[in-house]
Amino acid sequence: MSILDDVEALKRMELFAKVEPAKLKLMAFAAERTQFRRGEEMVHQGDPADAAYIILEGRADVVVDTPGGPLKVAEVKRDAFVGEIGILCDVPRTATVVATEDLTTLKITKDLFFRMVTDFPTISIEVMRVLAQRLEHANELLAANRKH
Amino acid sequence: MPVWGAGMEHNLFRYIWRNSWRDQLPILLVVALSYVFYFVSLDLPKQIVNRAIQGEAFKGGQTTAPFLHLSIGPIDWLGLPEVTLFHGFDLEKLPYLVALCFSFLFFVVVNGWMKQVVNTEKGRLGERMLRRLRYELYDRVLRFPIPHFRKVKQAEVATMIKDEVEPLGGFIGDAYITPAFLGGQALTALCFIMIQSVWLGLISMVVLAVQLVLIPFLRRRILELGRQRQLTARQLAGRIAENVDGTIEIHANDTSNYERADIVNRLEKIFLIRFELYQRKFFVKNLNNMLSQTTPFLFYLIGGYFALKNQFDVGALVAVIGAYKDLPSPIKELIDWQQQGQDVQIKYEQVIEQFTPEGMLEPKLQAVTDATPDAPDGGLSAQALAYYEEGGARLLENTGLEIGAGDHLAIVGFNGSGKEALGLLLARLVVPSTGTLRWGDEDMAALPESVTGRHISYVGDETYLFPHSILENVVYGLKHRPMAPAQYEGRALMHFQRRISEAKRTGNPLLDVHAQWIDFDSAGVEDLNGLKRRIIDLLPAVELEDDAYQFGLRGLIDPDDEPAVAERFLEARAAIHRRLQEPDLAHLVEQFDPAKYNRNMTVAENLLFGTPRGAVFDFATLRDNKVLAKVIETEGLKAPLMAMGEKIAETMVELFADLPPGHPFFEQFSFVSADDLPLVQQLLGRVQRSGLEKASPADQQRLIAITFPYIEARHRLGLIDPELEAKLLAARRSFAETLPEEYRDYIEFYDPQRFNAAATVQDNMLFGRLIYGQAQAAQRIYRLLFEVVSQLGLKAEVLAVGLEHGVGTGGRRLTQPQRQKVALVRALVRRPRVLILNNALAPLEAAVQTRILKALRNEMKDRCLILIADNAALCSVVDRVAVMRDGRVIEQGPLERLARPGTALSDLGIGMQMAAS
Repeated sequence: MSILDDVEALKRMELFAKVEPAKLKLMAFAAERTQFRRGEEMVHQGDPADAAYIILEGRADVVVDTPGGPLKVAEVKRDAFVGEIGILCDVPRTATVVATEDLTTLKITKDLFFRMVTDFPTISIEVMRVLAQRLEHANELLAANRKH
Repeated sequence: MPVWGAGMEHNLFRYIWRNSWRDQLPILLVVALSYVFYFVSLDLPKQIVNRAIQGEAFKGGQTTAPFLHLSIGPIDWLGLPEVTLFHGFDLEKLPYLVALCFSFLFFVVVNGWMKQVVNTEKGRLGERMLRRLRYELYDRVLRFPIPHFRKVKQAEVATMIKDEVEPLGGFIGDAYITPAFLGGQALTALCFIMIQSVWLGLISMVVLAVQLVLIPFLRRRILELGRQRQLTARQLAGRIAENVDGTIEIHANDTSNYERADIVNRLEKIFLIRFELYQRKFFVKNLNNMLSQTTPFLFYLIGGYFALKNQFDVGALVAVIGAYKDLPSPIKELIDWQQQGQDVQIKYEQVIEQFTPEGMLEPKLQAVTDATPDAPDGGLSAQALAYYEEGGARLLENTGLEIGAGDHLAIVGFNGSGKEALGLLLARLVVPSTGTLRWGDEDMAALPESVTGRHISYVGDETYLFPHSILENVVYGLKHRPMAPAQYEGRALMHFQRRISEAKRTGNPLLDVHAQWIDFDSAGVEDLNGLKRRIIDLLPAVELEDDAYQFGLRGLIDPDDEPAVAERFLEARAAIHRRLQEPDLAHLVEQFDPAKYNRNMTVAENLLFGTPRGAVFDFATLRDNKVLAKVIETEGLKAPLMAMGEKIAETMVELFADLPPGHPFFEQFSFVSADDLPLVQQLLGRVQRSGLEKASPADQQRLIAITFPYIEARHRLGLIDPELEAKLLAARRSFAETLPEEYRDYIEFYDPQRFNAAATVQDNMLFGRLIYGQAQAAQRIYRLLFEVVSQLGLKAEVLAVGLEHGVGTGGRRLTQPQRQKVALVRALVRRPRVLILNNALAPLEAAVQTRILKALRNEMKDRCLILIADNAALCSVVDRVAVMRDGRVIEQGPLERLARPGTALSDLGIGMQMAAS
């Protein structure tokens, strides 16, 4: 498992797909491989968001606290980017993510992420583009809903 | 005038004679004897030339001449005839010459030997006196009244005891012996001249007299300058010490240039004083020389005049001038001596002045006791107590207070109420200005420190800790007197006896620092181990246990000193090793295995596989280490490591070249600092042109060194494959096996069976590295360690190591709350009858203050606890309260009674609801 695998994983992320490989390598080098055992929490709902995780291996459940107890809302697996909204918008964790299998992740701290964005404009442009696409996608969905 | 304790002798010469006449007399005797030899050695050369070589002794045609012929006279001007004392041995010409020459040699040797004896003895005498003087001064510092320390600067006191009395030591040996020796020598020479010619003798005497009067007169200003020089130098030392203490203020207020100006000003003053001193000194020196040379001038002129007139014998004139040659140097030295004497007298007075403050403690209050005296029965009571600071500030007046022997009393009050001064008085650290303070039936002012300093424990708000371990700082409170003498045998005993006899001669007390000083009884324990257990038991009460545990984990032990403890930590290592096999812990630590490459350690650590001691194998300088370089070479690691270094260098350049210098990534992630990156780029350029094999040895070394900090698990460049691992392991073995003997002390190898003396207790127990990238690994391992330590009952051992933690200069390696807690342990460990906390809890958080006070009350059950506190809320924890205002106690009594509306206590914000809680 070398840094090159991590670079590949980064490349598969929509956000970083178009970023030059050299930058991704730096990012992979500065990122930290972090392992979670089955049952451990990657992030906890309500905690401040300090990092995002790219799942390299394994699965996890996304659970939201509701008045009626915890409710599983999604499952994430390999190549999922967990918690990126949290570090982008600086909001507390909106859900708890629990490893359901042993997990290997690439931890990208908020600091690292913003360093990359500020130091390399290509990355920020990519981030803008992806976010804009998502927004447009959301608008389309909204428009589609209205039509119904 | 000092109230207590006699002042010191103000006259240096009297001080010297009184304390050293026993040493002086034998030396003076030797000196007196040396005149005789000196006189003879003046006369002998003349005899050899005249009588033996020129044959005057055989002038009458006789074949023999008397050797060792002893006679007096004839002395013409007294009209005395020659008196023969001893006729001597009759010798022929050649034997006569030989005999005379050998006697000359004999006198030279004897003279030299005597000089050596005199100088050695003089030196010893001086050193003894210096020792006595230093001790006396230090003893006085210990007896200074405590308020006096507000006026003295520690650097100045230290300078005085250390530097300023030093020249005194040099002079003391000379004080009596030099005038005797030189004066005698000069007199002998003068006598010799007198015997040759009375008139010329008189002339030299007159010139000498002028010298002896004029020169000292001119030197008065020099002495004054010397005094100023000493004073300004001392003040400079004090000022620099102030700057060191106040360094925060200097930076915080940007006053560094003001301070520079001040020092510049002082240096200039010192320069001017010293320069004037030199000018005058050399002027006087010149004058002195001139005068010395005047005498021969007069001899030539006057003697020559009379010789021309045939009224004087030319031969006698030459002999006189010859004898006079020996006169100036002793005279000059005598004058020097006189000046030096005046100089040191001034220095001495100046020093003494600083060491005779008013209100010095009587020596008997600090006398060494044979046993621990009992504390007086009963409580403390103050009547009409008043205390004024020097300068007149009234801190306490007409204060009355009753404290029962088992009371737990809080003294609170508004700012400026004088409660802190009352705390000092109650601990007898200061004595009342008027009024009395009694403990039971005893007057506190007359109680020796062996009572107050053992049965009262005092903790102020800023405790000074000595720069030793926590343990030693706690034990410090038990070292009142030697409890058992140290045992000496053989040579050590001889040395000890010599030490004792020297101490006696120099008025030093016969206290042996190597004796057993710790008073275990007063702590209620048998020995040091018991004491450690007791201290460990006290740690939770003052909430120091967690800190001590942390210190213990980070502490070192020497397994040679404590094999049993080391053995127990090895048990813990084994237990942790077993626990780490459990599935949910297995991934947290990669343990040290001599036969396995550790992917969570650096390459260098894997090679050395041990803890470096000292600088030889320090990771920062490993690049230039010859021993390691040789192992790398012989194990065939050079080529693979160079290739690896090249790859790392390429990666670094690729990753970091675009980053601006100073970017935080360099510090966090790079192997190469931003400054070095261009150098690495150049290095790469060079080796890529030449090829690795042909690169210069220095470049090869650089490439290899780049690999040293590489950690496979962390950096993930995939550079270490099983083949390289095997090679690195072979090199690790080879390094350990071929390490030259002289380097063995510089590294302690990781051995699963042995305690590593160079590594911390924690590292020894864990015996491995945390695996990178495990969530929460550090916390979980800390918990695991704690569990294992608790299960094995090892906590006390870890805490004992923690007690060895060095507190640093002035305790600065501890936080202020930690320092206070150490002070509290010290105060408690000797089970005092009275514990006085003079705002001692103030540096702690409010909640902690309350908890600790409760625990202290528990420790001090049925004994007296006096808490002086700014934080009036603490009243609610004790049962009696005294409220002070404007230097008086205005209320005292049980808390319930005082905590009502309308009382002074309620003005401090303490009401019933507080008391109820």
